[in-house]
Amino acid sequence: MSVATQDNAASVGRVGRTFVYLTLLLFALFYLLPFFIMVVNSVKPLSEITGGNMMALPQEWTIAPWLSAWSTAQIGVEPTGLRPYFWNSIRMVVPAVVICTIIGALNGYVLTKWRFRGDTIIFGLMLFSCFIPFQIVLIPMARILGILEIAGTTTGLVLVHVVYGIGFATLYFRNYYAAFPTELVRAAQIDGAGFFQIFYRILLPSSGPITVVCVIWLFTNIWNDFLFGASFASGDAAPMTVALNNLVSSSTGVKEYNVHFAGAILAALPTLLVYIVAGRFFVRGLMAGSVKG
Amino acid sequence: MTRDSSVDMRTRMQEFLPKLVLAPSFALVLLFVYGFIAFTIYLSFTDSRMLPSYGLEGWENYSKLFRIREWETAVTNLAIFASLYIVICTLIGLLLAIFLDQKIRGEGVLRPIFLYPMALSFIVTGTAWKWFLDPGIGIENTMHLWGWESFEFGWIKDRDMAIYTIVIAAVWQTSGFVMAMFLAGLRGIDNEILKAAQMDGASNFQLYRRIIIPLLRPAFLSAFVILSHLAIKSYDLVIALTGGGPGNATAVPATFMYSYTFTRNQMGIGAASAVIMLMTIAAIMVPYLYAELREKK
Repeated sequence: MSVATQDNAASVGRVGRTFVYLTLLLFALFYLLPFFIMVVNSVKPLSEITGGNMMALPQEWTIAPWLSAWSTAQIGVEPTGLRPYFWNSIRMVVPAVVICTIIGALNGYVLTKWRFRGDTIIFGLMLFSCFIPFQIVLIPMARILGILEIAGTTTGLVLVHVVYGIGFATLYFRNYYAAFPTELVRAAQIDGAGFFQIFYRILLPSSGPITVVCVIWLFTNIWNDFLFGASFASGDAAPMTVALNNLVSSSTGVKEYNVHFAGAILAALPTLLVYIVAGRFFVRGLMAGSVKG
Repeated sequence: MTRDSSVDMRTRMQEFLPKLVLAPSFALVLLFVYGFIAFTIYLSFTDSRMLPSYGLEGWENYSKLFRIREWETAVTNLAIFASLYIVICTLIGLLLAIFLDQKIRGEGVLRPIFLYPMALSFIVTGTAWKWFLDPGIGIENTMHLWGWESFEFGWIKDRDMAIYTIVIAAVWQTSGFVMAMFLAGLRGIDNEILKAAQMDGASNFQLYRRIIIPLLRPAFLSAFVILSHLAIKSYDLVIALTGGGPGNATAVPATFMYSYTFTRNQMGIGAASAVIMLMTIAAIMVPYLYAELREKK
């Protein structure tokens, strides 16, 4: 492609190229603008927002909205800020991601290196489970969590996210291990290595990249989940997204836009950070999740 | 003799172990996905209200569902939202991918900018766009302050236009992702084909229209499948951006299901709406996944 595009580029000419650059810059502006507005308005006093221009830089810089969003803003009925909910999300995401990744890696290993009759059907069933509308499981899930007495707890949410994360985790590892030479596995088998030994010694050492992809995908998805959080843990155990929504849509008192923006950035920060640090892997995960099979 | 049988045991263990490792996940998926689907389907034929009840009443919930005004609104909204969302995302994604593929200086900076909204929660996106589109403090106010007094943009408060604001925010969030899919497709096209076409005197425009875009068929298909399934599932964004309002003007099936099941105590009807959502997604996903899995064999 590169040679051809170079030729293209030459023939498109100056005007065409300017147009291409202009369009791209315009779209960059479109993508950046909402975030810029959030950041700028989160460091302004409220009076500058309601009485001023949202595009303008603050005349008086303040970090009070951030402090308020983090530790004193009214969430529901308690003036706790988003801090406890931030930790709720951490306590939910970390175990769910770890468990899911381990299960996914083992499943992927079995489905590619220890194939048996009907494995494609099993994988197909797991794969489809990634794409169901979760509304279809909300009612029974609420009941099961109630029966297990973990409704409204972080533990309950971990269980939910593990169950519905297995599909994607398996998909990633299966596709990755499918390209791994099976001869190596067979040779190790002949040398007397067992099932787990082969996994630890041969596949795991080269699973770094796909593990990163899988962890990032699960982390982003679970951190950003709203439906399960709102359905199964809306009180003290609510995750960050639910708390943010409560903060923003609370109807009492003056709407503190600057606090809302600071809160939104706080909720976005972990996934954004991951994206900035490991964007390459994030994109790979997205692509692997969209081009299946 | 003893050695033989221990070897035999070992091989048998080895054959058994993989299935044993896979079994718990498979059991979880069977119960929590397929068992739950079966349960919800069952509920949709019962007279469940606030709690599940097991008195069967046939297709009653479905016929009620289709007589509810709000469901009609929700389905119409989804049709408007999904078609615009899919078409606009695909067009923007394709345009950006083709433009970025022209040996652009700064591609490494632009690409992450186009894609970063995908890392955000829909709740964050909704919060940002809610105020950005708010006539009082958002874009309308800004234009007035910049001297364009007659500028009006109050869609988010307008019953007839609010659904389009959801399209705008959703396109903002996912069009960069579609761009990445097309870009990967473009970079995967064989150079030789393009060189041959250029030697035959094909112009740039012809090259794209006749050769490159048809070759991107798989990327179009993936984009369509992913976008349509995202559209049907969209719940968070609607809640954060408009809360389904004004009134219930921006209700979609996902918000309808939630409110009928958990706040209006019409669990049977809620279950029926969830079943319809599932069937719609299955109609798109099952043939696609089936084809993908078969190809691999």
